[in-house]
Amino acid sequence: MGYPDDVRYTKDHEWARQENGLLTVGITSYATDQLGDVVFVELPEKGRQIEAGGAFGVVEAVKTVSDLYAPVAGEVVEVNSALGDNPALVNQEPYGEGWMIRIRPADPSSFGALLSHVDYEKLVEEQHA
Amino acid sequence: MQPATSLKRTPFTEFHRAAGAKLVEFAGFEMPVRYTGDVREHLAVRNAAGLFDITHMGEFEVRGAGASAWLDRMVTNHVGAIAVGQALYSPMCRPDGGIVDDLLVYRYDDHFMVVVNAANMAKDFAWLDAHRPADVTLVDRSAETALLAVQGPRAADIVRGHVPAAALDLGYYRFLTGELFGVPATISRTGYTGEDGFELYFAPAHGATVWQGLVDAGVPQGLELVGLGARDTLRLEMGYMLYGNDIDDTTSPLEAGLGWTVKLAKGDFHGRDVLVRQKAEGLRRKLVGFQLDGRRVPRHGMAIVSEGRPVGHVTSGTFSPSLERPIGMGYVEAPLAKVGTALEVQAGSTSLPARVTARPFHTRGSHRS
Repeated sequence: MGYPDDVRYTKDHEWARQENGLLTVGITSYATDQLGDVVFVELPEKGRQIEAGGAFGVVEAVKTVSDLYAPVAGEVVEVNSALGDNPALVNQEPYGEGWMIRIRPADPSSFGALLSHVDYEKLVEEQHA
Repeated sequence: MQPATSLKRTPFTEFHRAAGAKLVEFAGFEMPVRYTGDVREHLAVRNAAGLFDITHMGEFEVRGAGASAWLDRMVTNHVGAIAVGQALYSPMCRPDGGIVDDLLVYRYDDHFMVVVNAANMAKDFAWLDAHRPADVTLVDRSAETALLAVQGPRAADIVRGHVPAAALDLGYYRFLTGELFGVPATISRTGYTGEDGFELYFAPAHGATVWQGLVDAGVPQGLELVGLGARDTLRLEMGYMLYGNDIDDTTSPLEAGLGWTVKLAKGDFHGRDVLVRQKAEGLRRKLVGFQLDGRRVPRHGMAIVSEGRPVGHVTSGTFSPSLERPIGMGYVEAPLAKVGTALEVQAGSTSLPARVTARPFHTRGSHRS
């Protein structure tokens, strides 16, 4: 399985995509495979400050629940309200319409410290070894 | 993704892999948790049919002149009351009323088959063997038995022509032995889903014949492969027990709402004294079903709270695909078990309002009683 190379990753299976100085954040296809059908996503309020590695929300699947962890520190400037009515978008398009929040990073260089798709793929393989 | 070599496989493991299943460890077996998605698989069983590999279940053969009387001392339901060709659901209790396992007893013309939960196989065998009299033999047939379930309103149409015609006339909890796709099998009208359907026991060597036969006959009827994930949501919508979650060594069948399986009048059995006393004195706690608003899901182990006070804990919870809302079960103090009672489930720092609901949650299943 391959992971998109236009985003960077965390070891907690979030991804982040840099656009116009903002980071769009979601969870990876590996995460959605592990979770199964997502039925609810709890997201923060716009304007909230989040810390790198801090929990910013909750994703409920039929079988299990998982916290969502911020890839970088910053301010939440947008949340994906479409997930309220259609949480299945997370399964269907994890790197697209299933995105969760947009962050204005506190440190613009923090994005570069996230994992590349090659490193993330390696990490997933190691977790399965 | 290499499976750990120590996990037990079933005759169908390669079919699961080829179908793209996510395989997980379950009770020492490598089993499919899902193929396409929990909700899709769940709804396929409610609306058409699903095929489940449940070979991990354990099968014990019980023979001997004293078999019937002995089983009646071991389990709470009345084995002596069932006829050849009938199956019986029963808890098996410890002397203190706790549940060793919940199981099925099948009465054949010359022996019994006891079907137990995979996670309890070793414990059950040791328990039964330790209490076995000289005129009863007990043999573990689990490794020689493959088990598939076909469940759903189309199940009978799918097996039609591939089982003896009499199998289609079987009532719920009735079984027969006969040919299934030309191989010898026990064909049982039982299940864990609330839908009509069959559980099919046969020799592992015939695995490919039966699997391919069911897939070929079933797919045109809407049959889907169903993993353990949807098996759990299907059983929970029916309020059926999952051993280790809803019942265990510390819960009694009366507390769990299984009073209908406790036959105090049949004679003595393990746990009877305690169950008689619980009945006379009243229960301190009861297993209830509850529904929640919103979409946060109650999970095993979460506290149940009433007016700021902990009153019990969640034993099972899921998002019900049929009701499209979260449901759960849990033990609460007996006065709070009435349908309609308002409770709260503690999910981390969040309190989820819940309401005690009658079970089953899903009342439109296709099974015949």
